[in-house]
Amino acid sequence: MADATTETGAGEDQPGMGVAHAVGEAVHAEVGGEHHTSTGLSNEKLGMWVFLGSDCLLFGGLISTYLLYRHRSIGGPGPTDVFDIPFTSVSSFVLLMSSLTMVLALSALLRGDIRRNRIWLLTTALLGATFIAGQVFEFTAFKREGLGYTTNLFSSSFYTLTGFHGVHVTLGILMLLSLFVMSLRGNLPRERAETVEIIGLYWHFVDIVWIIIFTVVYLIP
Amino acid sequence: MAITERPPMALPSGEGERDFQPLGVFRRPTAHTGWRSWITTIDHKKIGIMYGVAALVFFLVGGFEALLIRTQLARPDGTLLSADAYNQVFTMHGITMIFLVVMPMANAFANYLLPLQIGARDVAFPRLNAFGLWCFLAGGIFLNTSWLFGGGADGGWFAYAPNTGVAFSPGHGMDFYALGLLITGIASTTGAINLTVTIINMRAPGMTLMRMPVFTWMTFVVQLLLVFALPVITVALFLLMFQRLFDANFFDVSAGADPLLWEHLFWIFGHPEVYILILPAFGIVSEVIPVFSRKPIFGYPFMVFSGIAIGFMGWGVWAHHMFASGIGPLSVTAFSLSTMFIAVPTGVKILNWMATMYGGRLRFTTAMLFAIALVGMFTIGGLSGVTHAVAPSDTQQTDTYYIVAHFHYVLFGGAIMGLFAGMYFWWPKVFGHQLSEGLGKWHFWLNLIGFNLTFGPMHILGLQGMSRRIYTYEEGYGFDFWNLVATIGAFTIAVSMLVFIANIAISKRRAADAAPVGPDPWDARSLEWMVSSPPPEHNFDELPVVTRLDEYWHRKYAEGDDHKVRRVASAEDVMDPGERTDVHLPSPSYWPFVVALGLPLVGYGLIFSLWWAVLGGLAVAGGIYGWAFEPADDDENPPHDHHDDDHGDDDSGAAAELPTDTADGDDEAEPIEGEQAAEEAPVG
Repeated sequence: MADATTETGAGEDQPGMGVAHAVGEAVHAEVGGEHHTSTGLSNEKLGMWVFLGSDCLLFGGLISTYLLYRHRSIGGPGPTDVFDIPFTSVSSFVLLMSSLTMVLALSALLRGDIRRNRIWLLTTALLGATFIAGQVFEFTAFKREGLGYTTNLFSSSFYTLTGFHGVHVTLGILMLLSLFVMSLRGNLPRERAETVEIIGLYWHFVDIVWIIIFTVVYLIP
Repeated sequence: MAITERPPMALPSGEGERDFQPLGVFRRPTAHTGWRSWITTIDHKKIGIMYGVAALVFFLVGGFEALLIRTQLARPDGTLLSADAYNQVFTMHGITMIFLVVMPMANAFANYLLPLQIGARDVAFPRLNAFGLWCFLAGGIFLNTSWLFGGGADGGWFAYAPNTGVAFSPGHGMDFYALGLLITGIASTTGAINLTVTIINMRAPGMTLMRMPVFTWMTFVVQLLLVFALPVITVALFLLMFQRLFDANFFDVSAGADPLLWEHLFWIFGHPEVYILILPAFGIVSEVIPVFSRKPIFGYPFMVFSGIAIGFMGWGVWAHHMFASGIGPLSVTAFSLSTMFIAVPTGVKILNWMATMYGGRLRFTTAMLFAIALVGMFTIGGLSGVTHAVAPSDTQQTDTYYIVAHFHYVLFGGAIMGLFAGMYFWWPKVFGHQLSEGLGKWHFWLNLIGFNLTFGPMHILGLQGMSRRIYTYEEGYGFDFWNLVATIGAFTIAVSMLVFIANIAISKRRAADAAPVGPDPWDARSLEWMVSSPPPEHNFDELPVVTRLDEYWHRKYAEGDDHKVRRVASAEDVMDPGERTDVHLPSPSYWPFVVALGLPLVGYGLIFSLWWAVLGGLAVAGGIYGWAFEPADDDENPPHDHHDDDHGDDDSGAAAELPTDTADGDDEAEPIEGEQAAEEAPVG
């Protein structure tokens, strides 16, 4: 569907964001409130892109720290001793699917289908919560195997990196639930699709970061 | 960290948000005078002034710490400070001057001037702007309260591991360092995102990137540096905090950790940071010098692209701070070369300023003198910087007073001189009266002489082998004389600051009797001089239509048939009257203040008792929710400038504002006004 490409292509280069922009413009034009900016991109969306750019460096620093330290531990369990790749693969799959439902939520709202939008927003939040639950389970399992936060360099850098990601997902869930409640109160009409799109940008970013973390931390030995 | 400005929540259908009181805590603030109006303001000009006042207060604090240092070192075997107290004082001096003086003062200018210079009514996210101010202030006060809780940070401003571990720094000072800088970091990040979006998105019609004033350009580069550099220090500070508070082992060498990790993370932030500190001052003098030389800036594109080049190359030189840390010959060579290269764009700027002055009709006002001082003093600091780029020479200079001399020549002789130039230059615009030129010149000369007396001798001391950060020295090393000279210089600077403060007070008193300065006291070139002094709350009646660089100057001057440039219009002729009362501005808000208030509580809580952190966390979370669900515009209690009589009816007028948070309200009317303005604009 067209809107799926909207999601991934929207933003950074102007030519690539044609669809999203056209849709947004049509919506705005409808209510007579087209807003002028120098780029045609709304301030909120541009602000989110800049913030995500900044956040890349945050995860860059954390991932570098992990890569530097994962094999430098003196004592205690190492990565290969604790990781349960099949389990984490499943929870990663759950998180990736939440990106799909996020796109479906936006697409529903752009079509004016408030009910489906609510369903998909809630589904996205639940999938995110499932991922977080998986992470909590994983952490407690590691802890039982003797890998506390202060055990060794690997544990400190691993928990910090994945913990920061978990906090990002949690904030995303809170935003999604807020959107859901807004929608229930009738405050999320089609004209506000951009709000959903912007929070979607954040959500997809967090997913992409997880793909990198899953690859670098879990899959590459 | 994930604080984003969300769109207001009133319905775009135009019906408004019925019966929706966000959390029901606050009535929408309506005050326009008194303390409440300052706490809740989202006007970029008021916020800019508060940034400036706060930075000046912190400048006095940091200056007092500097005087303690210099008094201690005036004579051999000083006894004013213990070794421990000395460590805290020089660390807090560095942190204060960098994070609480130069950065916020640059932010004061950016906040106040940037929307005016690009022809906007406010920044992109006005409430986020207010949050940045309060968050910075909360962080700054939080950092300084460490003096009350067992002493300030004592690890030096770059806080090398493992010295900052609990074993070597058992007090709470470094906890305050980590948490305080995280809080000011949040402030800077939100501010940087805000200004980046403002510059990209909020320019007036015709204001293309290459028509923006150099100050705006340099601010743009700085904001991008902040956006990408701050998360790196954020990571480093989080690692330090987790290490100190939760016993993580990131910098614990006995657990196998590599202390170089801190150095790399810190300087990947730290070197862009030095350009974050200096580029705003470069931008300021690039505005001041053309005005007082009565010439356009020489080589505008070169000024812009050299600034961009500095911004890019600034990412590739960080390890020159670590030549003595054992990073290997290949790294040393590479970073040595890149450091030499970065001198090139800086040199381009120096030459362009001189070429701007060459052949100009120079007016030596105080602002111009400070600007020229920057050119001279920064060149000295830049040249000693190039000597650090030569790695073998640097290993001799590392951690001596030669380094101290170098970075004070670039930071004080560069950044602070530039900021003073900016203050004298834009004071009439901001406050409606000039600072006294007579006292200003006393201030300038005392400052320049004191500065050179303080930091000039440090070159000699450093080459003689005096280490930085030693709290005292014995007689007979040959350090006595120049240390005394430096101390005399430091007190001369202090006297010059007293003159400056007296100047502020006296000029304000005199202004009551004097005639108003008018919009354009210096015969200047950029758009902020087109509005009244001080500017009206909505900045521009009609957003100016820009046709070229130095648009405002071209509206005043034109070339005649005989190819001579003549004045064709007075400042009053082309002035934007600022009398409109129907401009739709976003409403003030309590929430940014509440959120910022919660952050230091979280900080205290993490250090002392988690209950405070819970309280602070609730304030932050509740504040963000209240903020997100509060409409940017309050239609029942509009700001005083707002009567909306342009729009057919109030509600549909409000609807037009909905997709954004911006001050740029009357969209429908704009295109028409734009055409009118274009007709009015003088041709040629």
